[in-house]
Amino acid sequence: MKNQTVILRTQSIGKYFYDPIRFKVLDDVSFEAYAGEFLTLVGKSGCGKSTLLYCLSTMDTAYEGELFIEGQKVTGKKTDELAAIRSRAIGFVFQFHYLLPEFSCLKNVMIPALKLGKYSHREVEERAYQKLDMLGLKDQALKPASKLSGGQQQRVSIARALINDPKIILCDEPTGNLDSKNAQNVFDIFKQLCSEMGQTIIAVTHDNDFAKNSDRTIELADGKILNTKTYLLD
Amino acid sequence: MRSNINVEIALTHIFTRKRQTLVAALGVTMGIAMYIFSNSLMKGFGKYSRTEIFKVTPHLRIYKDDEISKPLIEAKSPRQVVIIHNPKITTLSRTIINPYALLAEVKKQDYISSAAPQVNVDVFYQNGKTQLKGVANGVNMVEADAMFNIQGTMVAGSLNALSNSLSSVVVGSRIANKLNLGLDDNLTIVSSAGVVKVMKIVGIFSTKNKATDESKVYLHIAAAQQLVKAGPTYITDIYANIKNPDEALAYSQLLQPITSYKVEDWKTTYADILAGDLIRQIMSTSVSMAILLVAAFGIYNILNMTISQKLDDIAILKATGFAGRDIIRIFVLEALIMGIIGTALGLILGAICIQILSGVYVGGPADYFPIYFDPGVFITSTVFGLLITIGAGYLPARRAARIDPVAIFRK
Ligand SMILES: Nc1ncnc2c1ncn2[C@@H]1O[C@H](COP(=O)(O)OP(=O)(O)OP(=O)(O)O)[C@@H](O)[C@H]1O
Ligand SMILES: [Mg+2]
Repeated sequence: MKNQTVILRTQSIGKYFYDPIRFKVLDDVSFEAYAGEFLTLVGKSGCGKSTLLYCLSTMDTAYEGELFIEGQKVTGKKTDELAAIRSRAIGFVFQFHYLLPEFSCLKNVMIPALKLGKYSHREVEERAYQKLDMLGLKDQALKPASKLSGGQQQRVSIARALINDPKIILCDEPTGNLDSKNAQNVFDIFKQLCSEMGQTIIAVTHDNDFAKNSDRTIELADGKILNTKTYLLD
Repeated sequence: MRSNINVEIALTHIFTRKRQTLVAALGVTMGIAMYIFSNSLMKGFGKYSRTEIFKVTPHLRIYKDDEISKPLIEAKSPRQVVIIHNPKITTLSRTIINPYALLAEVKKQDYISSAAPQVNVDVFYQNGKTQLKGVANGVNMVEADAMFNIQGTMVAGSLNALSNSLSSVVVGSRIANKLNLGLDDNLTIVSSAGVVKVMKIVGIFSTKNKATDESKVYLHIAAAQQLVKAGPTYITDIYANIKNPDEALAYSQLLQPITSYKVEDWKTTYADILAGDLIRQIMSTSVSMAILLVAAFGIYNILNMTISQKLDDIAILKATGFAGRDIIRIFVLEALIMGIIGTALGLILGAICIQILSGVYVGGPADYFPIYFDPGVFITSTVFGLLITIGAGYLPARRAARIDPVAIFRK
């Protein structure tokens, strides 16, 4: 199937929570994600999916084991270095959109790119329009983010995650707030990003269809990898 | 490009909360205006009281201090029994011995800008039965005028006649009034040595200082020496001015080893007035500082509130690659904008206050309210205003930078 370049790898990731009592949320989680792969994380509520995703995101650094992104060891790096890695290589989609309410949709999409500083302001604007167009929101670009419907806001936040063409896109229930039509639309876009752009998507989901249609599903139970399913649909 | 987006976010936050920004800024405005106002006032008073002081007092004065008699046998320790005695002032003559050698020596010092000998004599002024007590100032008129700008205080007659006439006198305006004398009238001066001189009034001055105007007359130095039956080497004081009067104390200490006579700087002479000035200065500075601090607290509060309301925004910014220092920059910049607006308004308000007050006529010796524009005050208040707002912005900004985005996303 896909080429087998490892883009993200974990080595025995373990994590504890101490509040209210010490317990192990993640236990010896080791897996690899490949370039262009659409990977889903499933499991019962409370099994540690989000926790794992935050560790992969480099925002949570309080874990044991090691994390590699693009072959580079990320574990133990300084927070500013991690911020730079996120800026360049990782996009996020959450269940909630987290758009900045005072800014237009376009600006919301542009901000991570302006922060990265790789393209000129005009190029960034063009690219932002292009991403919004891809998600069917070009006509909403100049509206304030707070004036959009929930589904529209969620799609703006997906455009924001895509603006820097990150190698890895991490999603925590990205379609949880969307109706089935919009969910299907987002799913198709994700599919396309993996196959055409070679981006890797790691998505936490409760939606079985969503999972079944991805390339591979990792099932977690009590913080451990229970099993891995590879689908050979096409 | 990278810093631009930080600026843009800060500006957007500011623009979407204009009211709060303005309120915070106005706090700073009040503090700055108060600071400028009170400091300009202090500077004005200081300058005014100095001009008053330097109308009659030199920066440095050398004179023979009173000597106190010593016991025949001095006690070596406090517990030792000594001959009881009654200490008395034993000054027999006020003259400085060999004054012109000392004067030449003083003039040789390169920090001395001018020096002049003086003969001060305690006298009575008489006209018929009326008597006034005062001090006759025997001076070299040219030198004295250079030092005290006597010409500038003249209300009638002129100083010129004093230079070569031993029987001319320039009197204070209140003496002339009280004795009912005018120009070209005769004034009788009786000295403590019993000499009586009748002198012609050739000029009248008015310093607007009551004590001076009703006690002081200027006459030729030789005429003053005649009043105490002394020769040309009788000199009671040597007056000296230096370039910067604020350094008077240091230079008085520098000058003291040259002579065994007392060298006194004007700040020691007027220690009471200057202490009052200092206390007023400290009070007004601390009041304006307190206002600025309250203003800073206002900014601190508003930023804290903004940050608490924008936890989600901060979390997503951090998630999408903004480093802690970017977050700090954003919020410090917001504080700084409030500070700049507030400070600018404060400078304007302060300037308006000064402008208005400096036009207020208060009469008396001051004429107009003694307040004036001092660029230094404006500069220090700007620096204070901005430093305090940066400080007030930094604390909440640092808190924002430390926010853990995961904790926010989990909610
Ligand atoms: N900050 C925290 N302190 C202590 N325990 C926590 C904390 N956050 C999460 N947990 C616990 O860790 C476990 C894993 O949480 P996590 O959010 O990863 O679950 P999840 O798999 O994403 O569940 P869901 O599908 O409901 O989102 C849960 O039992 C949760 O109660
Ligand atoms: Mg979860």
